[in-house]
Amino acid sequence: MENIKTQDPKIIAFVCNWCTYTGADLAGTSRLKYQPNIRMIKLPCTGRIDPVFIIKAFEKGADGVLVSGCHPGDCHYNAGNFHARRRWMMFHKLLDYMGIDENRLHFSWVSASEGKKFVDVVNAFTNKVKTQGPFEKYAKINKEFVINE
Amino acid sequence: MKIGVFICHCGENIGRTVDCARVSKAAGFFPGVVHSVDYKYMCSDPGQNLIKQAIKDFKLDGVVVGSCSPHMHEKTFRKAVADAGVNPFLCEIANLREHVSWVHEDIDVATDKAIDLVRFAVEKVKRNVPLTTIKVPVTKRTLVIGGGISGIQAALDVANAGYEVVLVEKEPSIGGHMSQLSETFPTLDCSQCILTPRMVEVYQHPKIKLLTYSEVEKVEGFIGNFKVTIRKKARYVDDTKCTGCGDCMQKCPIKKKALSEFDEQLTTRSAIYVPFPQAVPNIPVIDTSVCTYFKTGKCSMCKKVCGRDAIFFEQEDQLLTEEIGAIIMATGYKLYSIDKKPEGSEIKGYGEYGYGKYKDVIDGLQFERIASASGPTSGEFQRPSDGKTPKKIVFIQCVGSRDESKGFSYCSKICCMYTAKHAMLYKHKVHDGEAYVFYMDIRSGGKMYEEFVRRAIEEDGVKYIRGRVSRIYEEDGKYIVKGEDTLAGVPITIDADMVVLATAMVAQPDASKLAQTVGIPYDKYGYFVEVHPKLRPVESSSGGIFLAGACHSPRDIPDSVAMASAAAAKAMVLFGSDMLEREPTIALVNENLCAGCFYCKKVCAYNAIEIKQIKDKQGNLIKEVAFVNSGLCQGCGTCNATCPSKSIELIGYTDEQIYAEISALM
Repeated sequence: MENIKTQDPKIIAFVCNWCTYTGADLAGTSRLKYQPNIRMIKLPCTGRIDPVFIIKAFEKGADGVLVSGCHPGDCHYNAGNFHARRRWMMFHKLLDYMGIDENRLHFSWVSASEGKKFVDVVNAFTNKVKTQGPFEKYAKINKEFVINE
Repeated sequence: MKIGVFICHCGENIGRTVDCARVSKAAGFFPGVVHSVDYKYMCSDPGQNLIKQAIKDFKLDGVVVGSCSPHMHEKTFRKAVADAGVNPFLCEIANLREHVSWVHEDIDVATDKAIDLVRFAVEKVKRNVPLTTIKVPVTKRTLVIGGGISGIQAALDVANAGYEVVLVEKEPSIGGHMSQLSETFPTLDCSQCILTPRMVEVYQHPKIKLLTYSEVEKVEGFIGNFKVTIRKKARYVDDTKCTGCGDCMQKCPIKKKALSEFDEQLTTRSAIYVPFPQAVPNIPVIDTSVCTYFKTGKCSMCKKVCGRDAIFFEQEDQLLTEEIGAIIMATGYKLYSIDKKPEGSEIKGYGEYGYGKYKDVIDGLQFERIASASGPTSGEFQRPSDGKTPKKIVFIQCVGSRDESKGFSYCSKICCMYTAKHAMLYKHKVHDGEAYVFYMDIRSGGKMYEEFVRRAIEEDGVKYIRGRVSRIYEEDGKYIVKGEDTLAGVPITIDADMVVLATAMVAQPDASKLAQTVGIPYDKYGYFVEVHPKLRPVESSSGGIFLAGACHSPRDIPDSVAMASAAAAKAMVLFGSDMLEREPTIALVNENLCAGCFYCKKVCAYNAIEIKQIKDKQGNLIKEVAFVNSGLCQGCGTCNATCPSKSIELIGYTDEQIYAEISALM
């Protein structure tokens, strides 16, 4: 369990299967290199992302959360990314209230043909989170108050 | 649950940067894992047998394979697991190649990441449930979008196999760019002679419904069950009455006002027109942007002269709906127009070549029209400005291609060949003429292609100069071409009578919009994207939608025809069975929890949520709940994220599974 803990910062990404996951595959096929802090969770669509996932990730110790899906208009499921965008518009207004710095969360569009963009997004975000330092507030709450499931 | 973990080295692809033995050892300690091994090629026959044997030996009921991307071999491993008697949906893939070994260099870091990814796959598989695939009926009809050579080939192949085809073409006639060409490389056979019989075959085929001057407006549904809305634009000519006699076109007073699209703006046409005499169908359309009747209401000459009373000014666009099982995209290409930059484009263009400014600086398709027997000069080489025979022609290759700073980084693939052909055709007709070709490299891969270029150089005396042209300007009726011969290392100046630019092939300007309508990915140039560049080159990532021809990437006629036949074969594979198996990862409602707010219904893009009434024994309504139509649900999960009471869940991606993944990663 100690692995990721030695590689600060810890970044969790929620990505859709059709665009960003495939874009990340393309980055691999093209042998592009990027920073290794990211751990990706594949979902069918960004429309599947519940804002609670993001809070949960911070609570479990993530220092940054990346959300990425198909460009507007390109959704494999027609409109899932529009729902995700709308939720994001609401959710990011709450971040400050919840004590989460906006810089710890990044929302982006990466298509299946954008391997290079995927790499740029991951590297830029990793660097940004690095400058923020570790995010322990939520993880502490989890440890102190929540009975371990 | 007894889980087995299988780590693949993928030869050296994973093994070089990930310590597979360490991953498999670490995985052996994960809770629930009873067996963990690594092997050189897990996807090979012995590798799959290793998994099957382990399932028997250790009575496994869950499998995690650490290998390449699930997009590559998920199906392979699920099938292997199913063969050994375990439900295929109890198999998860950890992507150790595309997401780890190929993108990271440090072995320790990569191995740590690999262990994390395996751990989260183990946590996910623990919460997977056995599923059975959903079966839906297949509509055995194909929609082909685009009526160029690719679309024609695909339509004929599918129709000849006995399945119905709807062929949609946005122009008034099918034929595409191939109908504009003079001769084709490397055989120099006449393009029209080999194409027009196929166009007629399409028109007369009992299984093909041809919709020209039509565009796809909306695509709903999914593989095997698409519902497509097609806009049949008003021709203002009743196609049931018109005989194609052409009287209307001859009498139309707007003879010289509209530029001919077919002749690439080199000639004019009337307001009521067919693009070219061999058009299929041979039924004119009225161009309302130039027609006097539509502008002032005063002229109706065509209506007066039509003996069949086929002119119908009041005609309106029609919307047709078609039930379709498979879609073949064959929308083709455009030539990069270097005088008119697309709006907002960063492409700098080639103003220094004077295209659009000098009449005798033309592009490849314009040269085709001049060389063609059906063209404005009936195949005589005359330059557009004064009709004189050019005695010296300069051809410039790679105008826009392979030039990231001013055009596109890709190679347009066909220009080396057609430039050699152009120079050759010119030399065959103008024996005392001189032809110069400026090139970067000659790319003539293909059967008899290199021989063809050699012939142009050695037998026909075309002069090839390796280098770029910096500037073209007019002086005393000549076009002064300033360039560089990089092999000799000297600047070079040629006083040409005509210049032909081999401009880049680009995607149709509306290709990305169409891709969004149909629901397939496209790249930054607007070309449609295939699932796998090598093993699935004609399939888009959306099931049941296939790609043919230059809408995918620049390609020549033989390649386009081959790809069209491949796409047709893929559609026919789909029609090989009456029922189609679909992924069972769809939404499911917990009726006890559901409060009947129907937010899920509002966000569903597929109308898959229905209202179910729950009644007591007497038939009194107790409550209304959401119900998922499993034939319509595509499994995006938007309903799941929207549901306030979490009473609708996406199987395979439940909240519980995602929380377990998050926890496992941290």
